[in-house]
Amino acid sequence: MSTNLQTAGKEPVIQVSGVKKQYKLGQIGGGTLTADLQSWWARIRGKEDPNLPIGTDTRLFGKTFMALNGVDLTVYKGEALGIIGRNGAGKSTLLKLLSRITAPTEGEIKIKGRIASMLEVGTGFNQEMTGRENIYMNGAILGMSKAEVDSKLEQIIEFSECRDFIDTPVKRYSSGMFVKLAFAVAAHLDSEIMVMDEVLAVGDMKFQQKCLGKMSDVAGQEGRTVLYVSHNMSTIRQLCTRCVVLDKGKVIFDGNVDDAIAVYMDTTDVNVVDYDLTHTGRMTTSAGKRLFVERLAFLDKESSVFAAGEPMRVRIDWHVSQHFDAVNMKLNLHYRDSTPVGITHPITLGEAEAGRKYSTTFTVDTSILSEGQYFFYLDVFERELANAACLDKPAQEFAFEITNLDRTLPEWSSGWGHIHFPAVQVEGTEVH
Amino acid sequence: MSNPNEQQWTTVVKPRTGWFDIDLKELWRYRDLVTLFTKRNFAVIYKQTILGPLWILLNPLITTILFNVIFGGIAGLPTEGAPSFLFIMAGNTLWTMFAACINNTANTFVANAGMFGKVYFPRLTIPLSQVLTAAINFLIQLAMFLVFWVIFFLGQGSFGAVSMTPWLLYLPVCVLQVMLLGLAVGIIVSSLTTKYRDLAIAVTFGVQLWMYATPVVYSTTSLSNQPLMSAIVNINPMTAPVQVFRKALLGCGTVSTSGLWYSLIVTLVLLAVGVVLFSRIEKTFMDTV
Repeated sequence: MSTNLQTAGKEPVIQVSGVKKQYKLGQIGGGTLTADLQSWWARIRGKEDPNLPIGTDTRLFGKTFMALNGVDLTVYKGEALGIIGRNGAGKSTLLKLLSRITAPTEGEIKIKGRIASMLEVGTGFNQEMTGRENIYMNGAILGMSKAEVDSKLEQIIEFSECRDFIDTPVKRYSSGMFVKLAFAVAAHLDSEIMVMDEVLAVGDMKFQQKCLGKMSDVAGQEGRTVLYVSHNMSTIRQLCTRCVVLDKGKVIFDGNVDDAIAVYMDTTDVNVVDYDLTHTGRMTTSAGKRLFVERLAFLDKESSVFAAGEPMRVRIDWHVSQHFDAVNMKLNLHYRDSTPVGITHPITLGEAEAGRKYSTTFTVDTSILSEGQYFFYLDVFERELANAACLDKPAQEFAFEITNLDRTLPEWSSGWGHIHFPAVQVEGTEVH
Repeated sequence: MSNPNEQQWTTVVKPRTGWFDIDLKELWRYRDLVTLFTKRNFAVIYKQTILGPLWILLNPLITTILFNVIFGGIAGLPTEGAPSFLFIMAGNTLWTMFAACINNTANTFVANAGMFGKVYFPRLTIPLSQVLTAAINFLIQLAMFLVFWVIFFLGQGSFGAVSMTPWLLYLPVCVLQVMLLGLAVGIIVSSLTTKYRDLAIAVTFGVQLWMYATPVVYSTTSLSNQPLMSAIVNINPMTAPVQVFRKALLGCGTVSTSGLWYSLIVTLVLLAVGVVLFSRIEKTFMDTV
């Protein structure tokens, strides 16, 4: 196999070869047996399916998209590998395949040793059971035997900082304590490979640092392997020894962490002003089923670069398969390193009638954004934000750039954040 | 493939292809998890209830009394010489376990989707723990039955004949078979409910109907002049175990060897179908739920 200097002498623990994962778009089955039989009977007689909302575009059904499109990756023992990429790039899918939650459509993954996956801390925690009982439970779910948990129990309790409450049902725990306990169990499991998905986004700063330290130890001294997915570039820098960048289901970069972050930053594309979303994945399984956003376009522009204060005009084309009283939308704005900046709310699309197609044009005031590259996600939902039901959320980042034409300001400092507040009204200055 | 390390892969994740793709060794490695899930099942059911575990006894007791009043008293169904109360309680004890096996495993995927979507462990541990829970409940209920048995035995003559037979030796196999049959039906239903949610509602109702197709509250001999009903009872794989159970503990009724073999074969076939379905569904059901 590979004999180049970098990999010689290293022992591969995960080998991903040619892995593809395909998801179907649109409705999968009618959900009930009678509905499926009805549809089937209608198809046989060549009649219209009674279960489809009238005018539904059936072309979309059965269309697929590739969440992963041919991923090859080898991970070596003792590495802390960071996996970064935009939402919808395939990170979560890759982790799901690695932790065996779902199977690939093509290709294979070979793993040496046990994998402890923590796609969410505290999975399997039972509210009625005490902290101690839950340690055993969580340990067993992660593949430890009772004897193994016994031998690690002291360390786990110590690390979790929950000793005083260890025999209290976890329903009385604060969310912080809950997370600490859950992380402690996973971190002390004798698995050869740990898979982590943004678990450090929770808990207080001090504990986060403690976790990062623990994970570095796990990879560095104990010779275990850590796979870490995050949007937080600083934790990636702190923890990882190697980093891959995923984009559109493929590995587009594999190498040192700083270069990877630079590549990741460049994956936003301001040259696209017209997005066809018919083949784009959706961020939740329910999204895109009853309401579907086909297209988003930045109007009057050849590239999505806006001078500060220049209005951003956007048009979206969408259709619905059923009646809605109130369709609303918000844009989730992020800086290019994925730091959330804010939301625009509300954008009222109004009432929608079954089977109709709509185009909505709206204008976003960009004057408070500092210069830099941003992107937003589209989130269409039913009713008010307070009790919203998600209708569509394409896994697509719509990138744009704000340039500063106001030369009265110096170059924007990275420490200033991303908001340039409107001018402050000074009521008067008095001399004392 | 010259590197010796290449051969030491412990897990190979592949697209779902195999038909009988179940890793029993792995399941054994997770046996502690099955124990913990079983404990949890008890903890969850009886936390914050007044009577707590007493419900394990109250439930079948009340059902038996009710059945005894309706079928033994009002309908006056014959019980082959055994006391009506014991006759019905024996059938009901075994049936309760079977029904619990099905009802509690039938929603495995849908009820645990949250957990299944976050972490991997052999999914079969959940239905297995449910079957174990039902089996433990069964043992407790069997003990209660034996208490009543002793009461009736001491009062022999006034209540009717009560005696145990050598079929007692076969009883453990019979109980194990009922557990496996319940598991088989339960995991088949749970696999299908990932696609068709309405099956979950149908199953509770179906299990009730199934009970009336099983000689739980009546005896097979009372069906001699009912050809349709006795045909249904004969193709029902639960008939033989219930008959064995009564024969062993009460010495009443008849057990046909052919019926016993038939029931065993059906159980094994359904179990094989269930495991195949389950192992296929468990790999990709997260994409469709």
